[in-house]
Amino acid sequence: MVGPERTESGGNSLLEVDDLTVSYGRHVALSGVTLTVRQNEIFGIIGPANAGKTTFLQAVNRMDQFNDAIKVDGAVRFMGRDVARWRNTFALRRQIGVVFPLPVGLPLSVYENVAFAPRLRGVSKKADLDVLVERYLRRAALWEEVKDRLDTLGSMLSGGQQQRLTIARALSQDPVLLMLDEFSIAVDPVTTMKIEDVLRELRSELTILLVTNLVQQARRLADRTAFFLDGSLVEVGVTEDLFTGRARHRETVDYIEGRFG
Amino acid sequence: MFQASALNDRNARIQRRWRLLFLVMTLLLILPVAIILGLLVHHGAPVISWSFLFEFPRQGMTAGGIFPALLGTIFLVSLALVFSVPLGIAAAIYLSEYARDNWLTRAINLAIINLAGVPSIVHALFGVGAFVLFFRFGTSILAASLTLGIMALPVVIVSTRESLQAVPRAFREACWALGATRWQTIRKVVLPNSVSGILTGVILEVSRTAGETAPIMFTGAAFFLPFLPESVYDQTMALSLHLFVLSTQVPGVPEGVPYGVALVLIAIVLSMNALSIGFRMVLRGRKRW
Ligand SMILES: Nc1ncnc2c1ncn2[C@@H]1O[C@H](COP(=O)(O)OP(=O)(O)O)[C@@H](O)[C@H]1O
Ligand SMILES: [Mg+2]
Repeated sequence: MVGPERTESGGNSLLEVDDLTVSYGRHVALSGVTLTVRQNEIFGIIGPANAGKTTFLQAVNRMDQFNDAIKVDGAVRFMGRDVARWRNTFALRRQIGVVFPLPVGLPLSVYENVAFAPRLRGVSKKADLDVLVERYLRRAALWEEVKDRLDTLGSMLSGGQQQRLTIARALSQDPVLLMLDEFSIAVDPVTTMKIEDVLRELRSELTILLVTNLVQQARRLADRTAFFLDGSLVEVGVTEDLFTGRARHRETVDYIEGRFG
Repeated sequence: MFQASALNDRNARIQRRWRLLFLVMTLLLILPVAIILGLLVHHGAPVISWSFLFEFPRQGMTAGGIFPALLGTIFLVSLALVFSVPLGIAAAIYLSEYARDNWLTRAINLAIINLAGVPSIVHALFGVGAFVLFFRFGTSILAASLTLGIMALPVVIVSTRESLQAVPRAFREACWALGATRWQTIRKVVLPNSVSGILTGVILEVSRTAGETAPIMFTGAAFFLPFLPESVYDQTMALSLHLFVLSTQVPGVPEGVPYGVALVLIAIVLSMNALSIGFRMVLRGRKRW
């Protein structure tokens, strides 16, 4: 495997996207996106609905495989390797944790939700699984709330707890990259803050791709932020620059200041 | 203010009238079923006894029991299931979980839906051509149950596929995102959550198969046999055909006997249906989303 490469402005790059174009049938959802995500950064993606943010994430972990209508052009290099060349896409996806906008608890118990990925990679001893389940639930700041009811269905938890459960589940893959797609859309503000704290702590261990509908969330968390609009990448910049009037594009400023959305 | 409440009163009145109408129509629908069942029980129940169920017919089928026909129906249906259920479920899994959405898949789906609607006499003729003559199974249990199986197959496929599709796609996507393969996703998430629907479909199909006459009449069911079949290459008696024969072909059958046969057949079918309803209730109690 090719090692991660150095990029212009220091830091190893984990994800290099080059001229990515994605279409659904004749509808172009994303066109000509080029950007680089560095290791151990939180990379924010903001933009109004239908800007192509979710589509971008799906191109990264090759979910296009499950939708016959999607066509992907251009290159996405993950850990130095083009994801289109990754023959075992399941192994690729195991490296990338995903959190969806609405919490999707698998129809399994809390315990089994978190034990799912470890089981997939061959952990089968109960004692080992117990340790892992506790570790990941703790990391997602959920352990204290569910430790006495690990056997209840994941879907019986509150919305905020379910979203943390899906974060625990994504972490249980031991991923290199964690992708969150508007995780706070159905979550109360307190839980949102809890999850944001979790993400800050995770930064030392992995890289986070944070798609968010809340521009302030990007400001609070992201090192760098990309602004997507109508399927194009308008600009990428250091988050603080974008938020302090140093954005290069008019639309970025307007969007950040809430003039459209 | 006054006008609004008058309008509400009127709407409520209209609603009551519609509800009454639908109630009456539903009752009308149940009526024939109730009458048939009542008649069957009234005439048939007196003839049913252990000896009726477990003895051979005697005196040109005007006396004795229905044992060979009862056993034959059980044989035919079980063997038909052995053919159609694994194949049908596998095909449904392929169509629902693996097949690409292209014209070929759509054509296959269309064909299956149409096959499910083909009259059973057509399946019977196919069975004669394919199994009795071409494969040289002769008129036999094998040919008859294969014919029944072919008839059941599209229905099993359609009902299984519908149960699979009822599992939300979001679960599959979450599972794939975790790095699970298609098969792991099917086994751990899709099947456990659709098994109740699949079983229900299969059981309903069993009950339908048990009552069929046309597909077995020319392929393996006999009017009367003095012995039980010894292998799948023998012919067999069957309840549905036996009922037909007793009521139209044999003179001097006591009046209650055909009713008794029909009652046994209906009891098998209804208990299968009850079983499937029971399944659904038990498993719905465990529904996970
Ligand atoms: N499965 C799909 N089939 C067809 N079009 C889609 C599909 N998913 C998304 N799109 C279209 O692609 C564009 C981008 O969508 P998406 O990536 O979901 O945007 P965002 O996540 O930024 O709201 C939209 O115009 C949307 O209608
Ligand atoms: Mg989206």
